[in-house]
Amino acid sequence: MLQKDVLVIGAGPAGLAASIEAGKYGASTLLVDLNMQPGGQLFKQIHKFFGSSAHRSGTRGYDIGKQLLQEAQEANVEIWMQSTVIGIFPEHKVAIEKGLDSGKKEMITIQAKKIIIATGASENAIRFNGWTTPGVMGAGAAQTMINVNHVKPGQQIVMLGTGNVGLIVSYQLMQAGCDVVSLIEAAPKIGGYAVHAAKIRRAGVPIRLRHTIIEAKKGENGCVCGCVIAEVNEHFQPIPGTEETIACDTIALAAGLKPTMDLVKLAGCKLTFNGPFGGYIPLHNDRMETSCLGIFVAGDTTGVEEANTALEEGKIAGISVAEDLGLISPDTASNQRKEIWERLHSLRLGPFGERRMQEKEAVMKEYETCIGAPIPIQ
Amino acid sequence: MALINTGYLEYDELKNIQTLPDDERFSKGPVAIIECVQEIPCNPCEAACHFGAIQVGEPITNLPTLIGEKCIGCGMCVARCPGLAIVVVDKTCSDTTATVSFPFEYYPIPTVGEERKALNRKGEIVCSGKIVKVVNPASYDHTPVVTVEIPKEFADEVRTVERV
Repeated sequence: MLQKDVLVIGAGPAGLAASIEAGKYGASTLLVDLNMQPGGQLFKQIHKFFGSSAHRSGTRGYDIGKQLLQEAQEANVEIWMQSTVIGIFPEHKVAIEKGLDSGKKEMITIQAKKIIIATGASENAIRFNGWTTPGVMGAGAAQTMINVNHVKPGQQIVMLGTGNVGLIVSYQLMQAGCDVVSLIEAAPKIGGYAVHAAKIRRAGVPIRLRHTIIEAKKGENGCVCGCVIAEVNEHFQPIPGTEETIACDTIALAAGLKPTMDLVKLAGCKLTFNGPFGGYIPLHNDRMETSCLGIFVAGDTTGVEEANTALEEGKIAGISVAEDLGLISPDTASNQRKEIWERLHSLRLGPFGERRMQEKEAVMKEYETCIGAPIPIQ
Repeated sequence: MALINTGYLEYDELKNIQTLPDDERFSKGPVAIIECVQEIPCNPCEAACHFGAIQVGEPITNLPTLIGEKCIGCGMCVARCPGLAIVVVDKTCSDTTATVSFPFEYYPIPTVGEERKALNRKGEIVCSGKIVKVVNPASYDHTPVVTVEIPKEFADEVRTVERV
């Protein structure tokens, strides 16, 4: 059986950052991901990132992705793409369906001293009449089409949701040459950053608050030809008589994300439900270790946030495994973690971050109360 | 705040949140207008300014503050702001006209001499404008800064030009 010091699952910002830290300190590190290319969502993020200028802000997402891949190479991280983890067993034996250059798959079992799960999050679907009609898609899918595959999903887009994903993807659809007809938002206010909303409005695109989509209209070609929207009451229920039809060929849904928990559950990590973080998440401590000894988590899997916080959490997980493997001293690890937690703290300040900071602290407190010390996988 | 209901700022609303240049500062030449009004963790504008005219400090959720005397209106911050929330306004270019320099990340990029309709924060047409400058060096990382000349009375309203 192939032996590794560290197995990192998921090659997005959190998994890459964790691999780079572990590899840098000399751990034999394998990073696996089921996608074709590493980088997670970074390569479709063509916008300049917010954050601290000391840490890559003002840099476009794909450039951050390129830098991370370079650093992973320098840290001797081995990367398997199109490779899916299908089982996690006691003694950290992991079954991987490995993608081969030939396009075929091979079953490989490896044993890793430490496992870091950074499987990210997936988009929430919104169900309405006709929601399975071709032309209805997640906003993330539309973003992948334009920015990675360079194919427009359609010409006339209606976007549901005004969180940062809805606002940013709307802007990028316009950059790609699509017409964004309208943004629809059930809440009484815009969810994302004002500066992103301002770009949309400057471009002359209306934002319809207190409205939702109740139906996707199907055209003769079997694809979306319009959508019916309606005003909603304070319980987010459509108000009869307020329906109106908007012509469009694409409906993009930006209704939040939920952490991808399959492997965390498979490993038997203790979970907690957290609404603001998107659903069930693994309890973890300030070293990013779960209730299972030697199994760590980082990034959106621990609660949906954004790439900057994912990178920092990934680093913490990488430092913690290096410490547990005896590659760095507990003092060094502890000091580095302290610095990163300070940066995370500053990223979670302000009206958009405070709630996440409180929730993060609550998750770690629940860990201390309910778990205390991690125990091996049963 | 109207902003979170509409997505755009009224000028009066902006004046209540941000420190904007006064008439005296405007009379001295081009100056940056920072239309960043929410405490989000972001500070590249501070590092972008070589003259120390933008302060964010700690914590990085502080709103940026412009020090009008130090600002020379160079436009470095315009290209660097990830929120595309900074413009440079020059009310001294002639007796009757002003220029607004803004980030513009759509194709086709306007060209010097071109006439384009000038738009306000809501995307409404305010007047016709003449493109007088387009700056797009590698250091701006694909955020061209476009300068449009417009009648002076619209200098506080015009924030972009139409996409074509």
